[in-house]
Amino acid sequence: MAKTIAEINEKIASGNVCVITAEEMSDLVDNIGAEKAAEEVDVVTTGTFGAMCSSGVFLNFGHSETPIKITKMFMNDVEAYSGIAAVDSYLGATQISEKLGIKYGGAHVIEDLICGKEVEVVAHSYGTDCYPRKELTTTITLADLNQAIMVNPRNVYQRYDAATNGSKKIIHTYMGKLLPDYKNVTYSGAGILSPLSNDPTYRTIGAGTKIFMGGAEGTIVGEGTQCSTASGYATLMTAANLKEMTKEYVNAASFEGYGTSLFLGIGIPIPILDAEMAKATAVRDADIEISIKDYSIGKRDRPTVRKANYEELRSGSIQLNGKEVTTSCMSSFKKSRQVAEELKSRILAGKFLLGVNTTTLPLNQSTKPMKETNKTPRVQDIMSKKVVTVEATDSFIGAAKLMKQNERNHVSVVSEGKLVGIITSWDISKAVADGKIDTVETCMTKDVITCSPDETVDVVAKRLAEFKISAIPVIDEKQNVVGMLTSEHISRLFTRGKHE
Amino acid sequence: MKLKISFPDERVKSPILSEIILKTGILVSIVSSHVDSTGGEIIIEVIDKNYETIKTEFESRGVSVKLLNTLICRNKEECVDCGACISVCPSKVFSFAEDWSLETDTQKCVRCGLCIDMCPHQALSIEGTDCE
Repeated sequence: MAKTIAEINEKIASGNVCVITAEEMSDLVDNIGAEKAAEEVDVVTTGTFGAMCSSGVFLNFGHSETPIKITKMFMNDVEAYSGIAAVDSYLGATQISEKLGIKYGGAHVIEDLICGKEVEVVAHSYGTDCYPRKELTTTITLADLNQAIMVNPRNVYQRYDAATNGSKKIIHTYMGKLLPDYKNVTYSGAGILSPLSNDPTYRTIGAGTKIFMGGAEGTIVGEGTQCSTASGYATLMTAANLKEMTKEYVNAASFEGYGTSLFLGIGIPIPILDAEMAKATAVRDADIEISIKDYSIGKRDRPTVRKANYEELRSGSIQLNGKEVTTSCMSSFKKSRQVAEELKSRILAGKFLLGVNTTTLPLNQSTKPMKETNKTPRVQDIMSKKVVTVEATDSFIGAAKLMKQNERNHVSVVSEGKLVGIITSWDISKAVADGKIDTVETCMTKDVITCSPDETVDVVAKRLAEFKISAIPVIDEKQNVVGMLTSEHISRLFTRGKHE
Repeated sequence: MKLKISFPDERVKSPILSEIILKTGILVSIVSSHVDSTGGEIIIEVIDKNYETIKTEFESRGVSVKLLNTLICRNKEECVDCGACISVCPSKVFSFAEDWSLETDTQKCVRCGLCIDMCPHQALSIEGTDCE
């Protein structure tokens, strides 16, 4: 028999409600089926605790004597956007300190405010007749502010793609440190406890749904930015009072080589209106699939190395190109569980009533890429497309002849059609000087740095500089050599003009 | 057990470790080594019963020996039990307990430092004093 949210709230108020976590629900539905579970259970609690970069707080400071219309503001040297009236600001979690850089950012100011610490405020203005003041310095705590409302444009990703690194060097990303040659995989998300994965048709989650947020009671504002319901990567815009939050559920983070972010605990109660909702909340880690992406490719659409589900990721290791690779979670499952349990106990204690979602998320919506009017050229636009290769077993005299014929200083070395090395005129000069007349294999460079044809030239130019090389073989997904990009190609961009 | 051996600047070039190994016949694994203008430092691993002998030998040559009880320090106040550190550690120091709490087996640590800047919460350090 179907229930309404109002009926469930009556049960909560009377202390007669049955609430379990999404983990417990999966077992219950397995045991007694969705129909019976829907009769027994009123609310399933979910929880997630991870980096939510798109977070921040609206702050109101009250008016100073003499009044100021703030145009630029810094809180502990972190800029807070102040183009909103006179004394309102928005402090974003990923804004970094002017002095300390990525070690301290908006997220840390937010954490300091929650912990009751003093924060130094420096504000500037151009001065008007009604707001004459131009400079202001003060020290505030959270209690001194009229309002501190956390409003996060994009939180609670339904699921998130995992990350690995196919390049030859360590890379630092918002998914953590990724070791070379696919040596580790990092992932994020609560899987079985993930709020949106427990209501994948978004029946009960939308504007008006009440949530647990950072220890406070919050609400869903509506769809989050980049909300892609069509692909099952929905997001939510959320809001709650910062003054009711605790450090237990709000933690500043700094990712080496990337920047700051805010770890936030969010839990969403899901009303079990009928058997369909019971079935949805029985979702398990194994049912939620994501892609493992190669983050070393500096492009918007990073190649997928393989697909995986949360059960595989959470097992601690995963097969990648025939090797067992260790996985790391960038969000905390223990804390996610704590969020779901805390929400459960608040509902059971009658302290948390369910909200009614007045607007649902837009269905079948996908995310567009940015419209760019001034495009950066791609490797394929400027590389030499004539593929010149030698076999690893050829004599290097052959390679030298090939270079002369084609007026090249760099030649890709292949074996059975696949790239195995690169040989340069410098390698040959060295071999000749040392009196070593041998095969290409003996004097080539074996660890070749490569690029793909659709990478942008600026990204690849950075790679050339980083590895101190002057040419880079261009390979497609199947490792076939499709061209060569040299520093000469790149310098020609500037002498001929970008649009030639 | 792991020991930190600190050589003063003027002794860096002397083959002290080799001398001691040859004299005592004790097997020593070198975990890491570092030399700069102020001196040299190596981390070695020996079996427990050889600790006193090794210590005496080094100290008689003007080289200091420190037993490393804390190889990697985790600040539990900052740690959120995410497990980001797990996949970058080459010696499997970190793992999850049954309840998804992060567990550390610090004796396995080789002090490579890879986990330190992996931790999003700056909860790990080699020389920390706020360890669990």
